[in-house]
Amino acid sequence: MDFLIFQAPILMVQASMDGILLGILFALIAYGMALQWGVMNIINIAQGDLVILGGYIAYFMYLYGIHPAWAVIVSPIVMYFVGIGIYKLVINKVVDRDLFISILATFGISILFMQLMNFAFGADVVLANSGYGTTMLFDNSVTLPNSKIFAAVVSIVFAIGLVIYMKKSKLGRAIRATAQNARAAKILGVDTEKVYAATFGINAALCGVAGALISITFTIHPYMGLPYTIRSFMIVIVAGLGNLPGVALSGMGLGVFEEFADYILGTEFRIGSVFLLLVLILVYRRFKLSKKREYLK
Amino acid sequence: MMKNNIILYAVILIFGLAAPFIFPAFKVQLSILCILIVLAITWNIQGGEMGYNTFGNILFYGLGMYLCASVQVGMFFPLAEWTESGGEKTFVHTPAQFFQGMAAGLVVAAIIPTIVAGLIGYSILGLRGHYFAICTLGLGVAAGEISGGIEIIGAGQGFTTPPFPDVGRLEARGEFFYFLSFFVLIFTFIAVKAIYSTRFKLILNAIRDNEDKAEAMGIQTMKYKIIGWMISAFFCGLAGGIMGGLVGYIDSTDVAFDGREMGVFMVLMAILGGKGTLWGPIIGATIFHIFKEGFWTFFLGWQYVALGVLIVVIVIYFPEGLMGWLREKYPERFGEVIDEEDRKAQVELK
Repeated sequence: MDFLIFQAPILMVQASMDGILLGILFALIAYGMALQWGVMNIINIAQGDLVILGGYIAYFMYLYGIHPAWAVIVSPIVMYFVGIGIYKLVINKVVDRDLFISILATFGISILFMQLMNFAFGADVVLANSGYGTTMLFDNSVTLPNSKIFAAVVSIVFAIGLVIYMKKSKLGRAIRATAQNARAAKILGVDTEKVYAATFGINAALCGVAGALISITFTIHPYMGLPYTIRSFMIVIVAGLGNLPGVALSGMGLGVFEEFADYILGTEFRIGSVFLLLVLILVYRRFKLSKKREYLK
Repeated sequence: MMKNNIILYAVILIFGLAAPFIFPAFKVQLSILCILIVLAITWNIQGGEMGYNTFGNILFYGLGMYLCASVQVGMFFPLAEWTESGGEKTFVHTPAQFFQGMAAGLVVAAIIPTIVAGLIGYSILGLRGHYFAICTLGLGVAAGEISGGIEIIGAGQGFTTPPFPDVGRLEARGEFFYFLSFFVLIFTFIAVKAIYSTRFKLILNAIRDNEDKAEAMGIQTMKYKIIGWMISAFFCGLAGGIMGGLVGYIDSTDVAFDGREMGVFMVLMAILGGKGTLWGPIIGATIFHIFKEGFWTFFLGWQYVALGVLIVVIVIYFPEGLMGWLREKYPERFGEVIDEEDRKAQVELK
């Protein structure tokens, strides 16, 4: 690269636009992560694999001639039940235990899912073509695929819908109560077991939506799950649990960072830079907290 | 008890020395077993004794692997041309060059990761619990992705390590790597056993049990955490260097920084055997290796499915491992004195 990125304003606008639209998708996945982390105190390494699984649902609808946009409705419903299934089989046994146990157990689920998807759908990079075309901005210098705009709009609709649901509905109130104090909620008659199952199901459903949108706008591959997990983890630790505007903003920030890293360092370092950024953020926070003699816990 | 131990060690030593001649077909498998045991023991220093569950030891393992091979090649031939030509086709190591290169490579492979661990230790070990786990996971994957983009060590197409030179006997390669890894295993075992009998182990255990209190007692916890990590890094680097030569081919994400396989295996082996014991990781690694080879052979293609299920089952149902289970069953054997009245009182309390 023989010119500085700042000398190319068009490229910068392009990268920023792409990054923001991508970041909204990341934020949706991170919202699910924050939800289960806050309510059940588990870190789900299989988050990214749920996303990819959701993406394959859209891809299959596309293969059978149904427009993949419908997957935005089908995928969360299917994934909700997948999530409940995972909860009943594994997660309910790790909820009240050490966090490392949940990390390892979900790591196992992640490996399992990766390989099962590899068997079921093959190791090819696939995408569900929506045929939405592109929008040109600023005298055709900046191109925006309509599918990305569609993805961002759908993500925002789902996020807002979920916020309203959590505020107004009975289950939403139960979930929030359990997040505050599981024991007190239990005493007051909340069936925490059901709440946990529903939380994990909602998380999986969010992953399903995000996955469907990702397979429409980008590509999916059975082994691409882990980066999505790491991205959502990163967004959550930057924004903090239960801080929705923060999640949205840091998601967009991460998206923009990634697009710029892609342009400046090259595509082969894109995933590497995401993981490195995670390490840097954690180390930064560690030094900031150690000034007050505190630590990340 | 002491006498029994000496007999036990002698039996293991004799068996270890005789193994490649008793099972000549399994020499490579036995070498891999030695490496796996080394990795499990060193993971246990972190995860078991210190309570810092790391996924990041794979970083030192992969680093050692790349360093050993690079030194071995770079001492005699231009590294860039070697990787470009895919290795063995253009340049051939003479036996003397090969062994000199290997020796120098292993020294570098042990020392550089130790230094790296010391340098990043202060930043990374300040994190606790799951933040540490995820951060080290990120480190391992980042190292794999980044080394996959560096041209001089083969980038995405991989790095062929120097093939074993022709010394006249076909069996020589297997025996060389077996004895090399077996001696590294013995060295690791003796070193770790010596470390575990000092105050250092007690400090590590204090950090695991309650780091704040340990600090309040006047222990410089950070110093000891870094030293512990450096010890792990030293042996991981050595193990990686040998493994690189044994496999003969280094790929950034599938062999060297293989967080999905080796990085998880380390954790799993130590947990299966029992965290926080000297023998636990050894037993765990042996059982795991036998089990894994069985699966890898008979259920080809389904091995990751089996691995995933295995991780979930071990973590959920046997988090204390075999040694933990034995300890609960026969506490007297582990030198724990049980006060019968106290135990009854505790049972009643529960």
